[in-house]
Amino acid sequence: MEPTSPNQPVIEFRDVLYTLPNGQPLLQDLNLKVYGGETLVLLGRSGSGKTTTLKLINRLLTPSGGEVRVNGAPTAESDVIRLRRSIGYVIQDIGLFPHFTVERNIGLVPRIDGWPAARIRARVEELLDLVGLNPEIASRHPHQLSGGQRQRVGVARALAADPTILLMDEPFGALDAITRDQLQREFLALQERLKKTVVFVTHDLREALLLGSRIALMEAGRLVTVLSPQDFLRSTDPLAASYVQACGEGLESAANRGRS
Amino acid sequence: MNVIHFFLQHHEEILELTVEHLWLVGISTVLATLIGIPLGIVSARWPVWNRPVLGTANIIQTVPSLALFGFLLPLPWIGARADRLAILALTLYALLPVIRNTYTGIRGVDSSVVEAGRGMGLTNRQLLFQVELPLAMSVILSGVRVAVVVSVGLATIAAAIGAGGLGEFIFRGLAMVNNDLILAGAIPAAILALSADFGLGWLERRLRPV
Repeated sequence: MEPTSPNQPVIEFRDVLYTLPNGQPLLQDLNLKVYGGETLVLLGRSGSGKTTTLKLINRLLTPSGGEVRVNGAPTAESDVIRLRRSIGYVIQDIGLFPHFTVERNIGLVPRIDGWPAARIRARVEELLDLVGLNPEIASRHPHQLSGGQRQRVGVARALAADPTILLMDEPFGALDAITRDQLQREFLALQERLKKTVVFVTHDLREALLLGSRIALMEAGRLVTVLSPQDFLRSTDPLAASYVQACGEGLESAANRGRS
Repeated sequence: MNVIHFFLQHHEEILELTVEHLWLVGISTVLATLIGIPLGIVSARWPVWNRPVLGTANIIQTVPSLALFGFLLPLPWIGARADRLAILALTLYALLPVIRNTYTGIRGVDSSVVEAGRGMGLTNRQLLFQVELPLAMSVILSGVRVAVVVSVGLATIAAAIGAGGLGEFIFRGLAMVNNDLILAGAIPAAILALSADFGLGWLERRLRPV
């Protein structure tokens, strides 16, 4: 099932358990390996534990049991600030700093890491170009941008310090269909060039099939199965099949409405 | 017309007491800001502190001002001089709006912005100084503004314990049933309050994050 890789996994979950302080388990028995350069999609409904899984990687949450390893080292033992700076993080609400210009938003981590100003400026320009934005917008504030531009800036910011790992939590979920479609295709082209290790959270099967090299299906705090997109469509797993069915029906009805 | 005549005649004394008044309000506001903002930060960051801190500030606020001056009188160093006493009392009163607005301002920062900052690897300190405080600044400043306006009014009462300020005129006027004297205290105090309100309001709008 897993791609043959001579390397050890970049991210590894070993018997991970996560419970809320009140004892309610959000995640149980999670065993998962993510390999270098792949895009692993965590697919599931809200409450299935996919965002929790993501936040365990950059230690916004710490496992209640088991361990999460990033580049072979347990996250619990690593310097949390350094760990987070080595991992790009993109969230649905983007979370751009409203009081900073685009340039300062993107250049924040390099700046606090002490890069010289000229190098930061060059990097910002390079990144804006990479995500398909005009360098002119560098001096604007987030509220002056469209939703699609903002999410592009969010991606550029996550890439600023050139992390090897990128975590994306429904990054295109709040965008209109056309912009989403465009950004999904740009993401594919970008990933083709950058070959980051990406963990991508979505509840949209179509997005998962399009972007993922493997799809990890989650339900009620458990990992159900990990499949390639091709295998996912042919899977006999009842949950995977129900996703395919739901998505297929949706597509059909949408197509019919367009015709009549 | 009498009032204008009175003002012209006593302009030196009015100016002197206005400066005294400003001194009382200024020092106490600075102190309240220096104490209140850290307390607000603490109660926003560690929710355990929220109740005791805001509760205490609330209770202080409910003590009638004259009574508070009285309560503070027996304190050692403080009670020895009327202006120290007045400054302490005014500081205590000014704390609540500063603490409350710091708390509200920081708590009001968009949670996705805070999460993004945390996820990017900002330390708590970087998050506080680069993200939370700048975004909360206009709310904090509006607390300071409330504190200043309230203090300008309250400071007139400080004259009752001999701390000076524009209250001198008011108390003298009350005792002598002389409206000109009362107005000589009340009008400059009102002008001070309005200018502070206007100036800080302007600053607050300037600092409001877009």
